[in-house]
Amino acid sequence: MSQGTGAPEPLLSVRDLSVRFRMRGGREIAAVTDVSLDVAHGECLALVGESGCGKSVLASALLGLLPGNARVGGSALLSGPGPGEATDLLAADEATLARTVRGRRVGLVPQSPAAHLTPVRTVRSHLAETVRELTGAKGQALATATVAAARRAAFPADHLDRYPHQLSGGLAQRAATALALVGDAPLLLADEPTTGLDRDLVERTVDELRGHADAGRGLLIITHDLAAAERIADRVAVMYAGRVVELTEARGFFGAPGPRHPYARGLLDALPERAFRPIPGMPPELGDLPAGCAFAPRCARADAACSTVPALSGTAACHHPVTAPEPAGCGIRSEGSRT
Amino acid sequence: MTRTPPALELRAVTAGYDRSAPVVRDTSLTVDEGEAVGLLGPSGCGKSTLAKVAALLHRPYGGTVHLGGVQARGWRHRAPRAQRTAVGVVFQQPRLAADPRLTLAALIAEPLRATGRKAEALARTGELAGSVGLGTDLLGRRPHEVSDGQLQRACLARALALRPRVLVCDEMTAMLDASTTAALVTVVEEYRTSTGAALLAVGHDRTLLERWCDRTEEMPCTAAGGPPLRSRAPDPVSVPGFGPEAPSDH
Ligand code: SF4
Repeated sequence: MSQGTGAPEPLLSVRDLSVRFRMRGGREIAAVTDVSLDVAHGECLALVGESGCGKSVLASALLGLLPGNARVGGSALLSGPGPGEATDLLAADEATLARTVRGRRVGLVPQSPAAHLTPVRTVRSHLAETVRELTGAKGQALATATVAAARRAAFPADHLDRYPHQLSGGLAQRAATALALVGDAPLLLADEPTTGLDRDLVERTVDELRGHADAGRGLLIITHDLAAAERIADRVAVMYAGRVVELTEARGFFGAPGPRHPYARGLLDALPERAFRPIPGMPPELGDLPAGCAFAPRCARADAACSTVPALSGTAACHHPVTAPEPAGCGIRSEGSRT
Repeated sequence: MTRTPPALELRAVTAGYDRSAPVVRDTSLTVDEGEAVGLLGPSGCGKSTLAKVAALLHRPYGGTVHLGGVQARGWRHRAPRAQRTAVGVVFQQPRLAADPRLTLAALIAEPLRATGRKAEALARTGELAGSVGLGTDLLGRRPHEVSDGQLQRACLARALALRPRVLVCDEMTAMLDASTTAALVTVVEEYRTSTGAALLAVGHDRTLLERWCDRTEEMPCTAAGGPPLRSRAPDPVSVPGFGPEAPSDH
């Protein structure tokens, strides 16, 4: 863990982050509950989980981009702007976030880059506007900086005058990455940056993002792509039903001894290069979470103790974490045994 | 001796969206009864176009498509009903494929209703939903009220509603997490085991398709199409629960 006392002050420090959405009819959706995590300079933390587990909501919360019916609790301290200073991203007002945080201190690599770009403007025009806004460059310097910004994300210069709809998914992603990098933000937040990309483009994209971490930035990547996470991450946080259920070093998670939380173990066992065996059932509704551990209805290790929510102790939030390496799938009921 | 005609055969298909620059050129592919073939290739190489041709949803410029030995002569709604219903198709993005106004129940039953089998639609919707792991509590919801994974399960149930002899899955799991991917593959393989249906699975994830399918084909990728497909049989691996061997684990 990088939270030891001797560790340098983290770039981002999230504590007890919770997000609730109030729905019509008084229903409440617990999208994120009590999430605590740190991202250090030069480090990549991968937040993994199924769609709808709350990981994208967490990203939106950090950027102050939640809809009006959201209630947020906890804190998310981003170090800076001065030495020894920090900004609480959850408490900052919209003007501060818009003027000094988004793009400048937190760069966002978005989930659907095509939707992030305005269809009526070329990539060059998008980039130039962002460069002008963030650096104040003008004239020839602006033109040069625009081309340089494209190059940093490996966006081909001869495609700069294309419109977003004329780009392949991979190039649209690079255009969006280029935009995220313009402000030289110390923290990069990448929300499913590899969705819809071919495997070799996935690898190139994550390697490029990794390069930005190696250059000293902090990188929080949100993804359902475990292969991408394995390739890029120093540490992994697994989210299930709005909570972080495992937070650990990537190497031991993907290699030996493997995940300690039964859900995380089941997720890895579902990979085609492993057992290719699904976790039975589906995740619970965030608006209708069971009392106790939310994974219990799908968990073979569940017992009476699991009727209380397990706290994250050590690296896993589980009353009966997997201790020794087990044969794949041991902690998971097989699909057939339900009937 | 007469041989059973292949479930799906594409002969020298040339197709695309611009006659002067077709994305698929002179491509042939055969999927036998009960066989699962994975079609691999990077995005933009025309494999989705080929999948649409195979599903009779896109008319090729040249070449022919044969289903169970019968040549297809119509495309989209002009395809004869017997052929249209012989192929089920699932696409990558359930949100683009599913009518947002329909409940999941109506979505799943749509092919049955469209073919005039209303009574069957009522009777079988629950069973179809159950086969893809959707509980009845979700059936009254509309697409925006469910997750991508749940909606894709509904789209798969819809594709299976008419018991197709050929299933075409075009990047069916590209947006989904590992567990939902394995769950949907399990559903497809259960269906194929019980019906002997053929599968054409199109995608870019080599690990997935080699594990899932009997063999994989590479879609040649030159901007202007390329030579006919090369075939490559993977090491035999079984999908857990569907083959004689125990699943390998590592
Ligand atoms: S053992 Fe209990 S606490 Fe741990 S994941 Fe299973 S149900 Fe949850």
